[in-house]
Amino acid sequence: MDDSSTSATQRLLATLTAAADDEHPSSVTFDGLQATRNETGQFSLTIDHADIHQPDLERSALESLLDGEEIGGVAAYVTNWHYWQETVGGEGTARRAFLRWCERAPLVEGTRDESADGDTDTGIGIGTGTGTDIGAVPDRYAALQDGIDREWGQLCITTRFADVDHPDGERVYDLWHVDDAETDIADLTVYDDPREAREIATYDEDGRYRPLKTAPTLETGWAFTGLSGEELVDAVGFFYPATIANWHREREGNLDVDHWTETADRQSGIYEVVSELPREAVDWMAEACCVDSQCLRRREWQYEDGDELDANGGDGPFPCREPCSLVVAAARKWAIAESESERTYELELTPTERNQLEELIDAVADGRTDEIREADVNDGANRYRARYLRAKRFSDEGTLEMREHSESESESESASGGESESKSD
Amino acid sequence: MQALVIAAHGSHLNPDASTPTYAHADTIRETGAFDEVREAFWKEEPHFREVIRTLESDEVFVVPLFISEGYFTEQVIPRELRLDDWDPDKWESDGTSASQVTLEATDVGKTIHYCGPVGTHDAMTDVIVQRAESVTEDPDVGEGVGLAVVGHGTERNENSAKAIEYHTERIRERGRFDETKAVFMDEEPEVDDVTDFFESEDIVVVPLFIADGYHTQEDIPEDMGLTEDYRLGWDVPAEVDGHRIWYAGAVGTEGLMADVLLERAADAGAKLGDAIDRVRHRTSTASGADGDAERHSQAGD
Ligand code: SF4
Repeated sequence: MDDSSTSATQRLLATLTAAADDEHPSSVTFDGLQATRNETGQFSLTIDHADIHQPDLERSALESLLDGEEIGGVAAYVTNWHYWQETVGGEGTARRAFLRWCERAPLVEGTRDESADGDTDTGIGIGTGTGTDIGAVPDRYAALQDGIDREWGQLCITTRFADVDHPDGERVYDLWHVDDAETDIADLTVYDDPREAREIATYDEDGRYRPLKTAPTLETGWAFTGLSGEELVDAVGFFYPATIANWHREREGNLDVDHWTETADRQSGIYEVVSELPREAVDWMAEACCVDSQCLRRREWQYEDGDELDANGGDGPFPCREPCSLVVAAARKWAIAESESERTYELELTPTERNQLEELIDAVADGRTDEIREADVNDGANRYRARYLRAKRFSDEGTLEMREHSESESESESASGGESESKSD
Repeated sequence: MQALVIAAHGSHLNPDASTPTYAHADTIRETGAFDEVREAFWKEEPHFREVIRTLESDEVFVVPLFISEGYFTEQVIPRELRLDDWDPDKWESDGTSASQVTLEATDVGKTIHYCGPVGTHDAMTDVIVQRAESVTEDPDVGEGVGLAVVGHGTERNENSAKAIEYHTERIRERGRFDETKAVFMDEEPEVDDVTDFFESEDIVVVPLFIADGYHTQEDIPEDMGLTEDYRLGWDVPAEVDGHRIWYAGAVGTEGLMADVLLERAADAGAKLGDAIDRVRHRTSTASGADGDAERHSQAGD
């Protein structure tokens, strides 16, 4: 094959011989490739998937085998080893696990590069494959020719060979918005510095500030092309900070979830009050803020250990391990509001007006107000409809006209009907 | 491997709050002095809580991009970083002298050098002076000119006034400006009456704030009488009561802030090679601040 493949072969041979001495045989085991050097200086090559079992080889024989001159497909295993062990490295890191995930490589590499440190971990404990893994290197190489796509929130990541015509195992990564999958690259603004992601992630399509990076409001129209693995991880980190680290911890079985009560109890200063938020309000809060329509992190935190919240946590790839600062700040507002006692108000509305109030709340809650057409008076949240309601039902002071049931009245009610007390528990 | 984490406040409402943090982080990234550089925030992401786990480095230098020692540097940041053995006494600070303490972040088992805030570092004095140079576009500004350093005051934290006074005193000792005074937003001497405190016709006013926002762009300009309404903007210099006021934006937006971040990390043992010199060179105004020589003699302190 070409030069870089030769160099991958040379690197592998060097790795095999560097650590070996007469007493210690060495081996390189990676993604189905196994090459060893025994005490007597003889080599062997085993690739189960390709049905290759070649014992007792001289160095030159191994070299030409690795170069792929004898049996097609062997070189892929060698360049694959080179990419992962020498270009990417970072055994055990989230970065490496994420890049493996990007090309659907099994996360359990079954590797033990004994020639190197001897003590490198075999990857025990790393989560099992997703069922969509492409285990065999030749299959993965075939897929990399076309590019392998994965979705991470609203990001689409394509892993492909840097050089498609002469693949030497080096991968590059493209990154764009999932909604731009069908868009011609010529219509996208192309970037190559991961730091540009910060600016893109700061504003939504309408130019509004996005304080929550994982809100599903990432704008479209951009692409990063030809990123290295490290650059890809940086860019994803700017779009969705810390998602890779927490995803990796979850796969390794050590995601440290802080439930609501733990997070709330930790707060100080103006946020100390959030621990007073009632149990049921935490459910409403999670439903308001954390469902997939508002945030793409998959909420793993609950009210407390063993006391789950009802709201749907979502099903994205990356977990949310504790209430974020936005939720804590909003919780402060709700904690203060929920400390008020309920009262009974009486006001006059027609049935249509009552429905309209519901439509207004829904329109704001679903972020739909911008879409309501000027003349669509059938929509209760239409601006003219809202202005009409205000003109009719608001007093001169600009408040909704209603009467509050007097204290004594409600007290006497609750005094006579003992059951209603359970409501405040 | 060594990493730098710049711990800043950030904002849920104002997208510009984090702009200086990103700018200084980029300046430092470009020196290549750290294997990894991360911005981390209280109100943005990555949050303090989750930043350390995004790093591969075993040794992490955390520098708070805050003006003074107080609630955030003593309580919030160490708690959110899970520096379980933290105690404010470990800084052995008199309110402006915190340097660093070495701790472990318990979720990741990494060594964390938790540094004092940028605002109280000696190098910050030069940044204030440089801010005065930038706003007057005069690298030798000083003679015949008064300098007012503006701070919050003690309302929430007495150390915040200490930091202002500390730098004001250091600048005064240099004798560069005819007059150098500290003024405050919520205590005497108040920024509202700034012209009462100076004889000099020209007064440079530098707010010791990390980022531009409500205080530096709305409150202070209106309080000083630079403008009736901040939305209309103001002149630099602006005439007020027979004085010419040169009002600079927040000192934290000055490029030289990157130097203070580096100095903090260097004091805590980060190996930076010549990165400090390179950053100073890049972010200093052409003719060089007169504090340069002084700073270098202190670099190893
Ligand atoms: S707390 Fe809720 S809104 Fe915040 S990041 Fe987690 S899932 Fe998203």
